[in-house]
Amino acid sequence: MFAYAGKILHIDLTNQKTRVERVGEDFLKKYVGGVCLAARLAYDNTPKGADPLSPENALCLATGAFCGTIVPVGNKYSIATKSPLTGFIGDCLSSSYFAASIKRAGYDGIAIKGKAERPIYLFIDDDIVQFRDASGLWGMETWQTEEAIRSEIGDETVRVASAGPAGEKLVLFANVTNDRQRQAGRTGPGAVMGSKNLKAIAIRGTQPIPVADLEGLSKACLELSQTAQGTKTEKYRILGTPSNVLTLNRLGILPTRNFQQGVFEAAEKISGEYMHEHYTDKAVSCAGCPIACEQNVTVKEGAYAGTRTSIDYESLFANGSLCGIDYFPGIIKAIELCDRYGMDTMSTGVTVAWAMECFERGILTKEDFDGLEPYFGNHEAATALIEKIARREGIGDLLAQGVKRASEKVGKGSKHFAMHAKGLEMCGYDPRGLQTFALGCAVGTRGPCHNRSLAYEPDVRGEVDRFKAEPGRGHVAKDAEEFAAILDTMMFCKFIRGCFKDLYADSARLYTLTTGIEITPEEIKKLGERAWNLKKAFNIREGWTKDDDWLPPRFLKDPIPEGTSKGCVVKPKDLRMMIDAYYQARGWTPEGLIPKEKLIELGLEDIAEDIGV
Amino acid sequence: MAVQHPFIVCDPDKCVGCQMCELICSATKHGEFMPLLSRVRNVRIYPITMMSVACRLCEDPPCVTACPRQALSQSEETGIIMVDKELCNGCGWCIEACDFGAIALNPAEKVVEICDLCQDQEEPQCVKFCLKEALSLSTPDQVAQRARREAVAKLLEELLSS
Repeated sequence: MFAYAGKILHIDLTNQKTRVERVGEDFLKKYVGGVCLAARLAYDNTPKGADPLSPENALCLATGAFCGTIVPVGNKYSIATKSPLTGFIGDCLSSSYFAASIKRAGYDGIAIKGKAERPIYLFIDDDIVQFRDASGLWGMETWQTEEAIRSEIGDETVRVASAGPAGEKLVLFANVTNDRQRQAGRTGPGAVMGSKNLKAIAIRGTQPIPVADLEGLSKACLELSQTAQGTKTEKYRILGTPSNVLTLNRLGILPTRNFQQGVFEAAEKISGEYMHEHYTDKAVSCAGCPIACEQNVTVKEGAYAGTRTSIDYESLFANGSLCGIDYFPGIIKAIELCDRYGMDTMSTGVTVAWAMECFERGILTKEDFDGLEPYFGNHEAATALIEKIARREGIGDLLAQGVKRASEKVGKGSKHFAMHAKGLEMCGYDPRGLQTFALGCAVGTRGPCHNRSLAYEPDVRGEVDRFKAEPGRGHVAKDAEEFAAILDTMMFCKFIRGCFKDLYADSARLYTLTTGIEITPEEIKKLGERAWNLKKAFNIREGWTKDDDWLPPRFLKDPIPEGTSKGCVVKPKDLRMMIDAYYQARGWTPEGLIPKEKLIELGLEDIAEDIGV
Repeated sequence: MAVQHPFIVCDPDKCVGCQMCELICSATKHGEFMPLLSRVRNVRIYPITMMSVACRLCEDPPCVTACPRQALSQSEETGIIMVDKELCNGCGWCIEACDFGAIALNPAEKVVEICDLCQDQEEPQCVKFCLKEALSLSTPDQVAQRARREAVAKLLEELLSS
C-alpha cells in the first residue's frame, strides 16, 4: 500500500491490551482519513449513550492520506470522541510532527478505550506499544510533559500529544497539546484523556513512507508550495489570522464584551498590525508546511514580561475584545496560561466574558469571585480566573463546566447571554451581521464553528447579502460545510484553500499520485457529504433533536447597537426558515433526521439501519 | 589560496522548521519519505530557533581521520565526503567525530550517509524545495558577502529615507 499503513491501532487501557485492525483500500478510499475516518472510528467504538468521561467513550485519532509525505500542509490529525462539553460529537484538528509520527509508526488511526488504573502515558514505538507510568508527569504543564517524556525515553524524535493539568482536572473544555504549540483545541478531548488517566501519547515512528508516483507528486507539490508563497496566503504569512481583528471591526461584527457590541473602540490596540509591531518574533511552520502562519510573540516589558506563546485570531478575540481587554500583554498572558494548562482558549475566553457580564450585572458578586472584581477590561482578574478554572478552584469549578452548565446553575437571567450553541462556546464572528453564518452556527454538528462551517465566507466576501436571510442560504451553508469537510478529511490545512484551482480536481489528483488509488472529483464531493452525515448520525444516535439547532437568546433578541452592522439581529422566523431550507438542501427530513436512502446512497448502510428514517 | 567548496548552508532567520528538506532528501536518495533517511537534518529548539544542518565539507575532515577502516575519503574536486559502502561497517566512529552531527547511520543498510550535494541530480534538491529560500549552496565567503550587502543596503535605506 502506498502512503496508507492499512492499519488501525486499538488500545484498551483497562486491560493494557492492544489489537491491530487491518483495513483495505476500499475502506480507506471511502473514509480517506481525518475527520471522516475519526468520526467513523468514534461511531464504531463509542457505544450509544456512553458517558463521555467514562471508560466506554473512545478517543479516536485519524491521520490524513498525505501525512508524512511531501504534500504541503498535509501533516494533520483529527480527534473524534463524544464531547464531555456538548454530549455530541467532539471532533477537533491539530497538526505538525505528531501527526506524521502516527503514520510513520505504521497506523492510519488509533482508537483508545477504557481507563488505566493509575496515570499512564502510552509510548507507541512503531509496532510496540508500552503503557508507562506517568505518576511523575501528573500535574505537569503541557510543554514540560513533552520535554520530560523525550528526556525519559532519550530520543528527541519522539513526538508527544498530552493532556495538561486542566485535562487531568476534567475541565470540560480541556484540549490536547502536541509539539508544544499545536492544539486539538475544542470540545474537551483533554478531559476525555484525563478521565482515562491517560496523561500523554508518545510516538516514535521510523517507517519510511512510499508513494505511488514520487516524481509526479514531488513536481505537483513544489508547484502548490510555490503558489502558497503568493497573494492567496499573504494574510497568514505576514500578520497571521490576527489580521481579522480590524477587518471584522470594520464590518461591525468583532465580538466585544460578550457580544454586547460588534465594535471594539480599542481594536487598533489588539490588532494584528499592533501585534506585529510590538510583540511578533517570527512566524514559523508546522511540519511540512510552506506557508508558516504560526505567529510567535514575546512580551518584553511590564507585569507580564517574558511571556511567550503564539497568537491566532480566535484566541485573540476570545481573550481580548470579548472580555473588553485592550492590554495586549494581558491577552498574551491569558493565551499562554491556556496553552500551559491545556485549555481551549476560545471556550475559556467566552466563559470568562460570561463571568464578567454576570459580575457587571450583579448576578455574581465579588464574594462569589473570591475577592476578584472581573469587570470587562480587567485583565488581571481575567488571568486570575483562568488559573482558577484550570485548577477548578473556587468559582473556577463552576466556570470549568462551560457557559451552558454554569448559566443553568446560576440562573438569574444569565442564560440570556451564555454564548453557546449545543454547549460549545461561540467563535469570533458575530452571526447577527452574517445571516448565512447564523445558519451555519445553529446547525454545526460540533456546535457553532467558523472552521467547520466556513459559511461566514460568502457573507464576509459579499458573495451574498450578509444582512439578508433567504432560503437559498441552505445550499450555501451546505456547500461551505462540505468544502471544509473535504479539507479536514484529505487532510489539508485550510490556509491553503485559496491556492487550489479546483479543490475537487486538485485533491483527487494529489490523492492518486500519493496513494495510487483512483478517485474522481465527484467522489471527493461525495466524501464531504459523507463526512458531514456521519457526524450528524453520531449526534442523532446520541439524542440530537431539532431543538438543538438554534442560537443563544442574545443573538435573537439583542440587536448590535452600533457600527456597520448596527441594528442587526437574527430573527427567529428567519432562522427557522433558513434551517428548514438547510435540512431540505441536505436531503434530510423536516425534523432534521436522515432518510435511510440518503445514508445508503453515501455507502453508510449500517448507519442507515441504526438511525435512518 | 585555499579553495572554498560550497556546501548546504541554512539561514536560521528564514528557516521556518517545515522539514521539507528532510523529506525531499530521503525521497531523492531512497525513494521514500523519512526524515531518518535524510542527509540534511532540521533542528528545532522551541519556540522559534530552527536551522537545517548538513555536511560542511571540512578541510582536514575529522570523520575521514576517525574512520578505522578508511571507508571515508574527501574529493579534492568537490570537497564532498565519499563513503565506500564495502568498507563501512557502521561502527559510528565518524558520527561521533563530526562536530556538526552531519553524519547519520542508515538503520537498514548499516552504513553511514553523508550529504553529497546531490551529485547525480541537476542541483541539490533540498535547496530547490526550500520555499523560504533559507537553504543555499554557498561557501562561507559567499554567505558573508550576502550578509554585508544586506546590512549595507538596509543601513543606506534607513539613511536615505531619513
